[in-house]
Amino acid sequence: MTELTCIGCPLGCRLTVDEENDYAVTGNSCKKGAEYGKNELKNPTRVLTTTVNAEGGIHGRCPVRTEAPIPKAMLFDAMKVLSEVTVKAPVKCGETVLEDILGTGVNVIATRDL
Amino acid sequence: MYELAVIGGGPAGLAAAYSAYQNGLRNIVILERDKELGGILNQCIHNGFGLHRFKEELSGPEYAHRFIEMLKDTSVEVRLDTMVIEITDDKKIFINSPKGYECIEAQSIVLSMGCRERTRGAISIPGTRPSGVFTAGAAQRYLNMEGLMAGKRVVILGSGDIGLIMARRMTLEGAKVLACVELMPYSGGLTRNIVQCLDDFGIPLYLSHTVTEIRGDKRLEGITVMKVDENRQPIEGTEMDFDCDTLLLSVGLIPENELTREAGIAMDPKTNGAFVFENMETSIEGIFACGNAVHVHDLVDFVSAESERAGAAAAEYVKNGASDSEVIEIVNGADVGYTVPQKLHRNTKAEKIDVFFRVRRVFSKSRVVVSSGDTEIAVFKKAFMVPGEMQHLVIPTDKLRDFDTITVTAQEA
Repeated sequence: MTELTCIGCPLGCRLTVDEENDYAVTGNSCKKGAEYGKNELKNPTRVLTTTVNAEGGIHGRCPVRTEAPIPKAMLFDAMKVLSEVTVKAPVKCGETVLEDILGTGVNVIATRDL
Repeated sequence: MYELAVIGGGPAGLAAAYSAYQNGLRNIVILERDKELGGILNQCIHNGFGLHRFKEELSGPEYAHRFIEMLKDTSVEVRLDTMVIEITDDKKIFINSPKGYECIEAQSIVLSMGCRERTRGAISIPGTRPSGVFTAGAAQRYLNMEGLMAGKRVVILGSGDIGLIMARRMTLEGAKVLACVELMPYSGGLTRNIVQCLDDFGIPLYLSHTVTEIRGDKRLEGITVMKVDENRQPIEGTEMDFDCDTLLLSVGLIPENELTREAGIAMDPKTNGAFVFENMETSIEGIFACGNAVHVHDLVDFVSAESERAGAAAAEYVKNGASDSEVIEIVNGADVGYTVPQKLHRNTKAEKIDVFFRVRRVFSKSRVVVSSGDTEIAVFKKAFMVPGEMQHLVIPTDKLRDFDTITVTAQEA
């Protein structure tokens, strides 16, 4: 049994995960919690948010995020990859700035117009 | 003359302006001092915004973008690089913009100036005054908008959400975050942020600790942290020294209300914001306030909802004039730090009243009692309440109309 705090939303439910019982989750108040509890022990993932270099806009940085969570262990490698990326204005909110980061199948998107 | 002038183009101002438009006003202006709309959301690049409203986890800029896009299809005028210098009780607004100094007039005003961070001066940390001591939000702006790192070895004082978010952000960008230090025995931030910003990166959280000395001549060289007793006084012999070049302060936010005070609007010393009615009207008819200028929120979704009420009420005021109503007062009972609103119009058309408050201490299983004298009007069960999380009650208005004062009390179940 492992106790966790769900990060699915600001409620922060206190979860108990039973590894010996197919990672059954209790203490959650929604489906997200059950999923989070299971994943957190088997393959923890996070959405990465950061900025990339930007040229020609009103700011020199453009905020970006992974469109879906990526493995937690890859966060620092993903930061390294994104430190090499430069976008040129005009950028549209939601536009892909990098496809399939580190072979995860997850795209990195801009999170503002620039 | 404008029908409505909105002061500040952050999440509160955007939602208020859009709501006033939806409720029939066409001659609306947003006055924003920055070079773009969006306010603090522009630097809050982390995700987690908009779960209530959009059922998605957006980043701050994306959340702002949604509202900015909605406004594009309206007649709402946006004036950027425009600083409001003064407002008066007869709704004259003195501004300075690239066009110069001018006075504009409006039939109604929404105050949505947001809040500011408390600084080192507000908490009086002893020691020298080197560079390297930042508020967490200032460091966030440098990093996320200007691309500048505040430092390399970082300690964070205060466990408010901005501090926690910056612990993760600085770590991802290559800094070593040595510790997060919190004066109180509990965290001031959301639990999910403790997990995903500190625990994920092995950053220790020292509860009931504070910074007792700052060292360094030109640049910060180190700090001393000590454990505190139940009266928040440092305990001799518990000194820990940290070699760090950066100290980030996440020690609270103060609603920004210079304009409000100068206009003579009645202020609530508990929130540092204006006293407001259920429709977010202040003590001056036709002037409304919303968002972090009224009280500091945890979640932008609640800012947007509150600001929509303010915008709708401004539209109602412009169309139908002031509400001529008796007043019901909301009183803070035991362990309730403040409530918003503080007053109700007895004849309000709203069927339900949203009451927001913060508790003064940590509660496990508890109940919130709404009462008047010996009459219990409503009881809400809560599994868990902490001062760091804003509480929200929805009360049917008809249950309240017969009373002159209503008390909100927090109790152990």
